[in-house]
Amino acid sequence: MPPTDPAPLPLNHTFPPEVVADIQQRAGLGRYQIRGMGARRALPTFDDLLLLTASASRYPLEGYREHCATRTVLGARHAAEPVVLDIPVTIAGMSFGALSAAAKEALGRAASEVGTSTTTGDGGMTAEERAASKTLVYQCLPSRYGFNPDDLRAADAVEIVLGQGAKPGGGGMLLGQKVGPRVAGMRTLPEGVDQRSASRHPDWTGPDDLRIKIEELREATGWRIPIYVKMGATRVGHDVRLAVAAGADVVVVDGMQGGTAATQDMFIEHTGIPTLAAVRLAAEALADLGPAGEVQLIVSGGIRTGADVAKALALGADAVSLGVAPLIALGCNAPSYPGTDGAPVDVTGEYAAMGTAPGYCAGCHTGRCPVGIATQDDRLAGRLDAGLGAEQVANYLRSLVMETAMLARACGKSDVHRLEPEDLVALTVEAAAMARVPLAGTSWIPGWPS
Amino acid sequence: MVTLNQPTVIQPPAPAGPCLDAAELGVRGVNERLRQLPPGSAVTVTSPGGRHNLAVALAAELAVTIDGPAGYYAGGLGQLATVTVHGPAGWGAGENLMSGEVRVRGDASQSAAASAHGGLVVVEGNASLRAGISLKGATLAVAGDAGAFCGFLAQAGTILIGGNAGEALGDSLYEAVIYVAGTIRSLGADAQVEELSAADVATVRDLVRRTGFRHIDPENVTRVGSARQLYHFSGQHHAAY
Amino acid sequence: MCGIVGLQLRDQAQQGRLGELIAGMLGQVAERGPDSAGIALYGDTSLAPPGQAVVSALAPEPPSTVLAGVLRPLLPGADVTVTEVADVRVIAAPVPQPRLTAAVRAALPNAPLLGTGPDLAVLKGVGDPAELAAAFGLAGRTGYQAAGHTRMATESAVTVAHSHPFSAAPGMCLVHNGSFANHDTVRRRLRAEGMSFDTDNDSEVAAAFVASRLAAGDDLGQALRSVCRAFDGFYTLLVTTPAELAVVRDAIACKPALIAEGDGWVAMASEYRALSGLPGIAAARVFEPAPGEVYLWSR
Repeated sequence: MPPTDPAPLPLNHTFPPEVVADIQQRAGLGRYQIRGMGARRALPTFDDLLLLTASASRYPLEGYREHCATRTVLGARHAAEPVVLDIPVTIAGMSFGALSAAAKEALGRAASEVGTSTTTGDGGMTAEERAASKTLVYQCLPSRYGFNPDDLRAADAVEIVLGQGAKPGGGGMLLGQKVGPRVAGMRTLPEGVDQRSASRHPDWTGPDDLRIKIEELREATGWRIPIYVKMGATRVGHDVRLAVAAGADVVVVDGMQGGTAATQDMFIEHTGIPTLAAVRLAAEALADLGPAGEVQLIVSGGIRTGADVAKALALGADAVSLGVAPLIALGCNAPSYPGTDGAPVDVTGEYAAMGTAPGYCAGCHTGRCPVGIATQDDRLAGRLDAGLGAEQVANYLRSLVMETAMLARACGKSDVHRLEPEDLVALTVEAAAMARVPLAGTSWIPGWPS
Repeated sequence: MVTLNQPTVIQPPAPAGPCLDAAELGVRGVNERLRQLPPGSAVTVTSPGGRHNLAVALAAELAVTIDGPAGYYAGGLGQLATVTVHGPAGWGAGENLMSGEVRVRGDASQSAAASAHGGLVVVEGNASLRAGISLKGATLAVAGDAGAFCGFLAQAGTILIGGNAGEALGDSLYEAVIYVAGTIRSLGADAQVEELSAADVATVRDLVRRTGFRHIDPENVTRVGSARQLYHFSGQHHAAY
Repeated sequence: MCGIVGLQLRDQAQQGRLGELIAGMLGQVAERGPDSAGIALYGDTSLAPPGQAVVSALAPEPPSTVLAGVLRPLLPGADVTVTEVADVRVIAAPVPQPRLTAAVRAALPNAPLLGTGPDLAVLKGVGDPAELAAAFGLAGRTGYQAAGHTRMATESAVTVAHSHPFSAAPGMCLVHNGSFANHDTVRRRLRAEGMSFDTDNDSEVAAAFVASRLAAGDDLGQALRSVCRAFDGFYTLLVTTPAELAVVRDAIACKPALIAEGDGWVAMASEYRALSGLPGIAAARVFEPAPGEVYLWSR
């Protein structure tokens, strides 16, 4: 019997088209693939958890009438001036250099608008960001690009970075096309060089010496502001304990879904553990160590919706931090940018020239960002309107908080920080084991003694 | 050329202004009082006992004498001030210095002048591993020997070594320049010996004057700079590491 | 996550001060390791009578008189002494070491043995290092050599078993500052060779490795050079035997270490301030060990 349609081509799961293309690219390139964004592959995420909201035995708060608090205090352990936020959502460290100045300004303005903080990145503090951001966390990274005591004194918190979820153990990276005059000047590098940051700090290694470094930063800031310690999620339980022993006021754990503007694809996809597993490990390490609430936990890595936020808080985080999502709100991966007369200018063709399409782009490392966010090219960067962008990001953040509070109220909570693990069940065995909550419909938590 | 392996004989400092007793006040107390001093003040910190973080983040023209051994990060994150340690100093002496001077009248432990942007860090004894790591424009001058990995990832600035340099000198160097009066055990990745120009000699002569390192002959130093082969990605470069 | 200190008093006249000096050194590295501490003492004749076998065991129960009563029938004819030092029992007897070790294991089947061998007493405890030093009566102790360790704990149940020093061969002790990266594999290999382990601690693996090299006929210097070849990680190691004190760092050397050679003594510490109380420190030769090199002083 003759086939009426062409027979479907069989899929080789070991060598699917993406892997074939990747191997062919390396054969031409002679080195590893570099790209932006976070892990692409399917992973156990917060989508695999469900919230058990009101029932006959649990009563909801009225969604629009009854108060659900979202105020979040970070770093009260030692600092005279802890960080006080209106919402449990912050904006994560992303460098000027990776992003344009206008992008940093837009994020700052949005954060100020909704009452939260932004974080500097591997390039130091820009005047734009300090002016725009009401609460600014200043990163101290292995590279120390641009790090200086004046910016330190002007900061509202310091975040010592051991690593990030996209590349725990790898240093920062900025390819030459993005090392323009201003970036090069701030980072004390020759223009156009392919910058590869150190992966270790220059003047301390290990928590016993980190302890001394944390004291130095406290002395330098008059014990006024909190010290965060940020890590990529690997040996989370152990690392959180060491960070606390070293003196961290706030621990930031970035899961493997965490994004970057440039690193090796191999790092992004094959290092670190999912945020879902990291949250619970970190929360339990903190609970085990000392008085409740003494050291706060911020988690990041693939947070997208209010449901993600609510679930992260339920698992024990005090706040979440977002990187990729606010950039998308800003215009990342949009098919157009707002023209000067308000009419959108279509840039699908520019994505195509980069070998990608709106919704699929991870080309931050190229500096060819068609919407002017992840670029140092003035022509492209000029496409981003900081004011309009700030409005979009603020809208997005507000929607997140509304969703989080709505879910908390539905669980009967008057404060989003009262969400608890018992509000959750899991859809899959992996998620149940990683989050340490029962598989829906059962009392079974795989991997943990009953 | 003199190699200083013996501890420098430290003359006790002339009493300079009021004294702050670190044993009595603690590090926090000392630093709080230092921050309150008006520009132009001179002060001595007594009984430092190797405490960490003494005189960090100073931001005025002060002359601070630390009368004894200092721990980690002595004079770190400073600007405008002159901090003198009459004894050895721990890790990160003068780390992230922006301007002014940090002088160690003894040996400096690892990572002296780490990531320093400006000003002058002087070590009158020997510097151990990673001296000048990640240097960002400051000047580091060591009278004696420097340990392995000196100038690692040094981006800008000048390093002067009056004695011998250890293994892997200038590994991953960017635009900082290293001058060595003695021998070099080995060069790091992408570091190369370069010709000494008249301008180099003048630079070293000026440094000798500012530091008092008269054992260094400005015309008899080796200049080490970056070969700049690792500035751009290439698969072949992995062999360099 | 730790502080380490070591002291070898080569001049007999100073040996009366061993405990006082090492207690001072330990106090100065307590901030790096506030949660527990351990000390190896060599030549304290009140704990380790010369020429006798010695075992240090962590055994708060039973009282020493009862313990002595249990041990004597296991070693007929031998004069067994049991000394209580906080929760540690230091047991000595003029018998061959293996016999004493076996007798103590039989008498205290559940007690971790902290150290064995001639001249050596090992004291460990949980809590603030300065308080432990007082509980051990450290300042009044004498001898010719000591190694000490303070620990920053990462588990809520801080246990003595995880504390250093680790003694994997009679008379040998190892203290470690840093972190190994491939010790699980080395442990598997050593287990396959018949060695057993009390903890999952990475430092214990290094101690066992050194012991296995010594048993294979290496001298201490060769054994430590083997450590550098076999182990990845950043570490400063201080290893002692009744005849030697040795220090080695890995090839990248990101953990601190200072050595001081004074008049009649040699000392090692993680921070300079731990050396600052030693007699004649101002005139001592103070230097930092080079990466990957073994520094060894024999008595």
